[in-house]
Amino acid sequence: MDPRVNIIDKRLEKVKKVVAVSGGKGGIGKSTFAAILALTLSKRGHNVGLLDLDFWGPSAHVILGAEKVLPEEKEGIIPPDIHNLKFMTIMYYTADKALTIRKAAFENAVLELLSVVQWGALDYLIMDMPPGIGDPTLDVIRLMKKVRFCVIAAQSQVVMETVIKTLNTLIELKISITGVVQNMKMNERSVREQIERLHVPFLGEIEFDAGLEEAMGNPDDLLQTGFAKAIDRSIAGKLENF
Amino acid sequence: MHEWALAEAVVVTAIKTAKEHSFREVTDIEIQLGQLQQIDKDVFAFAVEKALKSQRLLFKETKVHFHDEEAVFQCRNCGREWTFEDNKKKLSTTESEAIHFVPEVAHAYMGCPDCQSTDFEILKGRGVSVSSITGERDD
Repeated sequence: MDPRVNIIDKRLEKVKKVVAVSGGKGGIGKSTFAAILALTLSKRGHNVGLLDLDFWGPSAHVILGAEKVLPEEKEGIIPPDIHNLKFMTIMYYTADKALTIRKAAFENAVLELLSVVQWGALDYLIMDMPPGIGDPTLDVIRLMKKVRFCVIAAQSQVVMETVIKTLNTLIELKISITGVVQNMKMNERSVREQIERLHVPFLGEIEFDAGLEEAMGNPDDLLQTGFAKAIDRSIAGKLENF
Repeated sequence: MHEWALAEAVVVTAIKTAKEHSFREVTDIEIQLGQLQQIDKDVFAFAVEKALKSQRLLFKETKVHFHDEEAVFQCRNCGREWTFEDNKKKLSTTESEAIHFVPEVAHAYMGCPDCQSTDFEILKGRGVSVSSITGERDD
């Protein structure tokens, strides 16, 4: 009997909304979106947590510049405060080492974190998911009843092929989808029509932001980017209302 | 100490099991302590006892039994089996502590003694598990 499964609901009982930021492909800006969305919601006055579940390639700590912090141990694990976010990542425990784990170990590590991390009261827990709709996504769906998915798309046939499959799978599994965000927009072409054809909300578009890289590691600078302004202007409000 | 969080999970599991089986009283809880997680047994036992007090009637006479389980690994690359004792001495305090929090991070710090591959399976002795919960019904 695994006792951890039974405590997860209690650990999340004061968390109002759990949003998994997902997408079919790597490199389309899921981590950046998750981190900046969390910062934006916090700036808008909400209590926000950010959990990096991309154990194979954690990067939210780089985006936030949270490389020299550690959680506190107090009747569980208390995530450190990074720019008003409660931020949790496996990187606290792996440092600069790669984590070569297979799916069963991934599930165990997720279970461990979900059962011992004390988030306290949050308006939002934003989760940065690994790419694809494999075991990690299925684990999150199984373990976190409140989860809703926010899917990142881009105007590329290769990306959209997987985004559509991801959305169809979530629809088949009857999992709540807050909507789709089109990232790295470089021309007039929108994926809105493709998304709305599936009766999934289209949350908005984020233009390709050449200045984003310069702001990495500095939350104040990140919040000044066009990327963050697009989230604040057209996406955060919709997430507040779902 | 995060032993408290795991102890709470054990007790919540015992309450759930008691409900499912209509136990009036839980008589015994058997807990396996996998060596890899390096749980502080005294702290954990104290935390379990404390958490049991949340339901005085259900856990009035409950005996909690702890069983240590040796950690054994098998390399997926060459098939070699080994124990945590073989790796333990080579780990720094920080590495040991990281494994204590999330045993899977052992894959970042340990490898097969023969081929050094970090692609291995934890065959047993990972962490805290409950092997049985026994109780008494009214009927």
